[in-house]
Amino acid sequence: MSNEQSMRRVTAIRNGTVIDHVPSGQALRVLEMLGIAGETSVPVSLVMNVPSKKLGSKDIIKVEDRELTQTELDRLALVAPDAHVAIIRAYVVAEKLSINLGEEVVNVVRCTFSNCITTNSREPLAHRLRVVSRDPLQLRCHYCGRPQDLDELVKNAL
Amino acid sequence: MTGLITMDDLTNEEILDILDDAERLLPVAKGELYLPLLQGRIMGNLFFEPSTRTRMSFETAMKRLGGDVINLGDVKTSSVVKGETLYDTIQMVDGYTDIIAMRHPRQGAAQYAQDAARVPILNGGDGAGNHPTQTMLDLFTIRQAHGTLDGLKVVLAGDLRYGRTVHSLSHALTRFGCELIFASPSLLRMPAEIVSDLQGHGADVTETEDLYGSINDADVVYMTRIQKERFADEDEYARCAGAYKLHAKHLSDVKEDMIIMHPLPRVDEIHPSVDSTRHARYFEQAFNGVVARMALLCRLLGVAVPADVSAAGGAL
Repeated sequence: MSNEQSMRRVTAIRNGTVIDHVPSGQALRVLEMLGIAGETSVPVSLVMNVPSKKLGSKDIIKVEDRELTQTELDRLALVAPDAHVAIIRAYVVAEKLSINLGEEVVNVVRCTFSNCITTNSREPLAHRLRVVSRDPLQLRCHYCGRPQDLDELVKNAL
Repeated sequence: MTGLITMDDLTNEEILDILDDAERLLPVAKGELYLPLLQGRIMGNLFFEPSTRTRMSFETAMKRLGGDVINLGDVKTSSVVKGETLYDTIQMVDGYTDIIAMRHPRQGAAQYAQDAARVPILNGGDGAGNHPTQTMLDLFTIRQAHGTLDGLKVVLAGDLRYGRTVHSLSHALTRFGCELIFASPSLLRMPAEIVSDLQGHGADVTETEDLYGSINDADVVYMTRIQKERFADEDEYARCAGAYKLHAKHLSDVKEDMIIMHPLPRVDEIHPSVDSTRHARYFEQAFNGVVARMALLCRLLGVAVPADVSAAGGAL
């Protein structure tokens, strides 16, 4: 692949998803939360710490040939709640998706506390985390009440 | 109100109302009066881990009010050992009973059970989480001694790190404007997130390792057991435990009406010489578990406690 082609991949994709306005330095965390870190069959490009008028600096992620689902948007809300998500089809923005972090995050991630009742995977009720603060983001398990460690939470996506 | 999972389920006004109900039910709890307010009602006692006082006092409370009790029995011989989920167990017991008292080793189990059940759940302890019925009996004992909960100076001593009793109680006392002194070995300090949570709610909190220097102007000294298994080193345990042993000789300069409480069982942290002093309240406190739970059972089952219990009740 020539250097020119590589640059083009970062600047424009034919089909896929662009996640813009990711807080600076959080791109890898976003990929982990979306389950597209490490081995993945689709091309993923990311730029980190680029200048942004709105944020000062930001990260941008481009995932080719894959459109984010609602579940993935819900996960994204936990690591980059103010990100902009665009679905690209034939090089043009076909859809802009909004990320909504509600009062409660249901069946998106599992509580990080090892002794919580919900760690028994056979228990059928929904995994529920209450949003107690948006900035900074703070979550508590609906059942055990424990505050959630956001770094740990990334590993607990359902 | 559905069940009682944490003290946050009760407003201060509701807490005081329930304590008033409990006060009126004292002759019933003592067996001096028969008042079958809960006749025909069945309580399910679901204790997934060992309990003596909590389980027995729930059972006594229900029976003193004319109600009946069914027990899960030994977890080792119940369907739990076959891998039944808590959800399924609750679905079953929910159909058999009008109210469920529950203790479970997993934190959050009581809320989980409440979400799965139609009947009210009374949380009798979930892991290191909440134990609100213990808090209610503690508040009852404190108010019985001092006539109020407002603005008291309370020393909580011993294992403040792992003891769910002291966590719940600290939150409740903060709501009534009490001054809190946490006396513990550094290893067993009150978790920082709880201290900051309490301070965020306006609590006046002091942390110290000096128990004996803290008790002279206290209204309540709440002792807890320091467990040997929390320490990696036996010498360290011996040193820490030795600094948290209350003996009658330590009480010469305390306030006349100061009370000493303990959720029991005690090991060495309160010497038997304290038992005969006017300050000892731990056995009354254990008895108060019955009357506090009677009041809670009535409240959650929607049964009003009569204003004049003597007129409503009969002789046994």
